[in-house]
Amino acid sequence: MSDKPKIIIGLVVFFALFTFPFWYNHGKATSAPEPLLSAKAKEAKQCVRDVEYMRTEHMQLLDGWRDRTVRDAQRVYEINGKEYVASLSNTCMECHDNKADFCDRCHEYTSVNPYCWDCHTYPEEKK
Amino acid sequence: MNVNYLYSLLAVVVLGLVAYVGAGAAGLQGVFGIFLPYLAVVIFVAGFVYRVMDWAKSPVPFRIPTTSGQQQSLDWIKQNKLDNPSTLLGVLGRMFLEIVTFRSLFKNSRVELVGDRISYKWVVWLWLFAILFHYSFLAVVVRHLRFFLEPVPFFVQAIEQIDGILQVGLPGVFISGVTLLAGAVLLLLRRILLPKLNYISKAADYFPLLLIIGIALTGIMMRYFTKVDVVKVKELTMGLTTFHLGIPEGGLSALFYVHLFFVCILIVYIPFSKLMHMAGVFLSPTRNLANNSRMKRHINPWNPKVKFHTYDEYEDDFREKMIEAGLPVEKE
Ligand code: HEC
Ligand code: HEC
Ligand code: HEC
Ligand code: HEM
Repeated sequence: MSDKPKIIIGLVVFFALFTFPFWYNHGKATSAPEPLLSAKAKEAKQCVRDVEYMRTEHMQLLDGWRDRTVRDAQRVYEINGKEYVASLSNTCMECHDNKADFCDRCHEYTSVNPYCWDCHTYPEEKK
Repeated sequence: MNVNYLYSLLAVVVLGLVAYVGAGAAGLQGVFGIFLPYLAVVIFVAGFVYRVMDWAKSPVPFRIPTTSGQQQSLDWIKQNKLDNPSTLLGVLGRMFLEIVTFRSLFKNSRVELVGDRISYKWVVWLWLFAILFHYSFLAVVVRHLRFFLEPVPFFVQAIEQIDGILQVGLPGVFISGVTLLAGAVLLLLRRILLPKLNYISKAADYFPLLLIIGIALTGIMMRYFTKVDVVKVKELTMGLTTFHLGIPEGGLSALFYVHLFFVCILIVYIPFSKLMHMAGVFLSPTRNLANNSRMKRHINPWNPKVKFHTYDEYEDDFREKMIEAGLPVEKE
């Protein structure tokens, strides 16, 4: 007696699982999200820090703002000779007042779900 | 002293440098980002099938009841149905618990001389480190599916929520990333610091642990410290899974390619190493065979076919001659 048939079934199941991403996406090309700059942001031309930094490290920046504000009552963030009020809703979301078309586009693509909005607000989206 | 772990460490460091220089300074991003991952997957699949089919060719041996419980016996003797099953259902239960909870590791013991007597002590550490390591690995791999699936399915997001439940720092700490590193380091220290284990360990025992430590370290570096453009990473990986190949504009950091190259080495290494236990555990004869030798006849599958010639047939053939010679016969 040999267990070959059972083993082959096991192998097939394993490879169905292993190749899951290939058949789940069935070869559809996907494009990277393009965060849409709002009119206000366009006007300002530049972000708090350079765009490369913002793209990869905006969460660290926010974390710094949060800690400084909540722990040291330090509400002003100075950089490149400019001053910003270190606030999620009042600074970031003031310029980027289109959360759905800006923050969420990237976050949905990369499956990040910041819990900040449990407490912090963002501008109502104009449809 | 056992210097094997130094060889393995050297191998991992050299591999890391190869990717760091190759994809970084030499700019071979297409090689490290597209060609090698595909090559690795092909070698993995081919090697995996080869190894398993090689095992599948061997005939199923006799039942091997090396179990730690009472076998089925008289009605009034209680059978240990999980440790010594005699039915298919019992075997499925034993296999499931072995694979999901590592029961055989839980039974790990250490022999020691206490005074002038030998004693066996139950030792939980191997089981504890192993379970920490394997479940963290699973969680990390499932979470990584966010790079390979679009839209990201529900179960990946659910694991991210649970894994990030501490909500420490930004980006939020994933518990499994930290415990993966801790588990691998603890398993490594066990092999280095315990003299008996150190004595029986080879380079092939240290290499996978060090490689996985390398993967976890580069991953953690990328997520929390040096940062990587995650949107671009997903562009690359989605290209790989949908066969729309391309390196995203501007390229990716060298550290990302070190991470990816380590992973490629790992999956190429799996079919040719002890890491095949991921398939082997399903085929362990001491776990997956019911102890039913006393109920069912198991014919040895490699017995040669013997042509029998029974006494009845013999007598039929030679009856006349036997009677002539005066030999007694059973049938006249
Ligand atoms: C003064 C207006 C302004 C404020 C305040 C501001 N941004 Fe920006 N942000 C911009 C502009 C303009 C850009 C586009 C910069 C460019 O393309 O060079 C940008 C770009 C970005 C990007 C990169 C988008 C991309 O295309 O990759 C991120 C992420 C971002 N901002 C997040 C934030 C966060 C988080 C905050 C709060 C800490 C913030 N911004 C505050 C104006 C602002
Ligand atoms: C449990 C509710 C809660 C959650 C969730 C939360 N915050 Fe806050 N946050 C607060 C409170 C309360 C303050 C203090 C407000 C003040 O003093 O102005 C604050 C202050 C801040 C500040 C500085 C002040 C300001 O106006 O923004 C930043 C920046 C900030 N939080 C960022 C974040 C980020 C980023 C997240 C998500 C990762 C987050 N917070 C999640 C409650 C919360
Ligand atoms: C260019 C794409 C992009 C844009 C635009 C963007 N984010 Fe992000 N954000 C990311 C990525 C990618 C991560 C996850 C990084 C990781 O996993 O290492 C992230 C993570 C975060 C986190 C940490 C979440 C966590 O739980 O770890 C916060 C908070 C956050 N973003 C806030 C914002 C806010 C607020 C905006 C809009 C003003 C914004 N982001 C716009 C790409 C973007
Ligand atoms: C054996 C498989 C792998 C293991 C064990 C592994 C392990 C890790 C770990 C521990 C982290 C730290 C963050 C976390 O906990 O998630 C990480 C991050 C990361 N890994 Fe992997 N990895 C593997 C495969 C891959 C592959 C195949 C890719 C992409 C092609 C990849 C890309 C990344 C990226 C981009 C990050 C940073 C994520 C972020 O910034 O949020 N990994 N990895």
